[in-house]
Amino acid sequence: MKIAIASGKGGTGKTTLATNLAHLLSQKFPVILADLDVEEPNSGFFIKGNKIREKKAFRMIPEWDKDKCVLCGNCQRVCKFNAVIKLGEEVLVFNQLCHGCYACSELCPQNALLMKSFEVGKITEFRKNDLHFLEGKLNVGEEQAVPVIKRTLEYVEQKFSPDILRIFDAPPGTSCPVIEATKDADYIILITEPTPFGLHDLKLAVDVMRELKKQCGVVINRYGIGNDDVIRYCKKERIPLLGKIPNMKRAAETYAKGGLLSETIPEIRNSFEKIIENLRTLEVLS
Amino acid sequence: MKEIVIISGKGGTGKTSITAAFAMLAGNDAVIADCDVDAADMHLLLQPDFSQSEDFYSGFKAVIDQSLCIKCGKCQKICRFDAIKNINDSFNITPLDCEGCGYCAEICPVKAIQMVEQNVGKWYISKIKSGTHMVHARLGIGADNSGKLVAKVKKEAKNVAQETSKDIILVDGSPGIGCPVVSSLSGADYVILVTEPTLSGFHDMKRVFELIQNFKLPSGCIINKYDINIEIAEKIRDFCEKNSIDHISNLPYDESFTVAMTQGKTIIESNSETLKIILEDSWKKIIKLTDFH
Repeated sequence: MKIAIASGKGGTGKTTLATNLAHLLSQKFPVILADLDVEEPNSGFFIKGNKIREKKAFRMIPEWDKDKCVLCGNCQRVCKFNAVIKLGEEVLVFNQLCHGCYACSELCPQNALLMKSFEVGKITEFRKNDLHFLEGKLNVGEEQAVPVIKRTLEYVEQKFSPDILRIFDAPPGTSCPVIEATKDADYIILITEPTPFGLHDLKLAVDVMRELKKQCGVVINRYGIGNDDVIRYCKKERIPLLGKIPNMKRAAETYAKGGLLSETIPEIRNSFEKIIENLRTLEVLS
Repeated sequence: MKEIVIISGKGGTGKTSITAAFAMLAGNDAVIADCDVDAADMHLLLQPDFSQSEDFYSGFKAVIDQSLCIKCGKCQKICRFDAIKNINDSFNITPLDCEGCGYCAEICPVKAIQMVEQNVGKWYISKIKSGTHMVHARLGIGADNSGKLVAKVKKEAKNVAQETSKDIILVDGSPGIGCPVVSSLSGADYVILVTEPTLSGFHDMKRVFELIQNFKLPSGCIINKYDINIEIAEKIRDFCEKNSIDHISNLPYDESFTVAMTQGKTIIESNSETLKIILEDSWKKIIKLTDFH
């Protein structure tokens, strides 16, 4: 089973939910938590495990071989991303624009553009008892998050048995990084705040998940602020409300220091237990 | 003309609420641009009239003409994105996986694959309640050209600012450090980092600061909810001092932001006097800091 935690709006509690669920569930059976918010990964502040392994994440980018090139310009013609440009007597490759499709390389009549691996981030594996934690991290200056998300997911599949529960901490937003982090998941938990911003972005996230034909449920964080519009929306759209995490300044203070709310605030621990119970009722968890 | 971009690294630190407050304070001096096109929220506070809208086309997706396809399978073999599946002896493109590179169309021996330009969203020029203009957008579901849409919104905001002789473009950016953020930073004159004193907030701010250093841009910092952890707030201030980031202000943890938002108001229109005063001072400071002449 793969559960992804996503949100639309940033800062609604994805990492809080992912780390606490992973922590609580790993007290009963092995769990894998993968932080796929590779632009700004934060789960590691809350899961302080032992480092097992660190691995560079690569993607493939063409490199121009001046000696072989006959300046035919075919590479520039086939590249839809303007990543390969023939300028005078030279061919320039713009790494940040390249999507790694191999067209310029494989269609070059002279073999003058060979694909080379290029470091774009790193993957670190940690372990805390029965919790296996993987962190994907994009190098600053790299613009494309998707390759690092892909490499992190590949790492999980290669290393661990498919029977182990996987929890993915997804990035915010609604565009390609979120799609990459959720498209292989069996169930999506959307976490939101009961505010107009929260509701607006929840609707966008629900649209994306429907497009992906994913089953999803909603968790309301900071319950008590704002209004009940999110609850009404979930009812109307028949989206299961999995739980509510109460709003407390103490929770913000605990979060600030990297503390796990389920370990420090009993009321909040209860709300996480309730979410787990609801996931069992829905047969998302066994 | 000066372009002020507000970003944060981490999401949910208060970027949009603070930008909307500055938009009200800037009044008719600024054009507003909402560049968080993935999850744009500023319109909920500034009430734009959506008076002009245009579709945004960017990127391509492959489409296979089944009547021409000879099922040779070459396209499937070369696709690096696993976007072509053979289902019941018919080759099909999964649009969400297609990157639009056109390699398949290029090598198809019978030219059965067309690359179709994608409508990936809409952008708008609106009048907002302060009387000025705002340029904003909505990215289509699962679209992968947010960086390009950000560039478009910024370009249109610049045009509007020129046409209406405005001195300031105020840009609300998106979280993270990826392509939409890079796109919102290009052409900026000053960057404001809105952060919070949490381990995550500080970590994410440092990463995004590293990014803006690549652009050699001057920057300032607002610490929101500074009182949830005074110790980390102090560390952020030290970091700012060491790296010549202007410390603009500290805002207290205050649920008035949410109360105002629920009423569709910016904090400037609310009755939270404390926050109003701090934000007014912050805006005055920003105007001074960005007076490059």
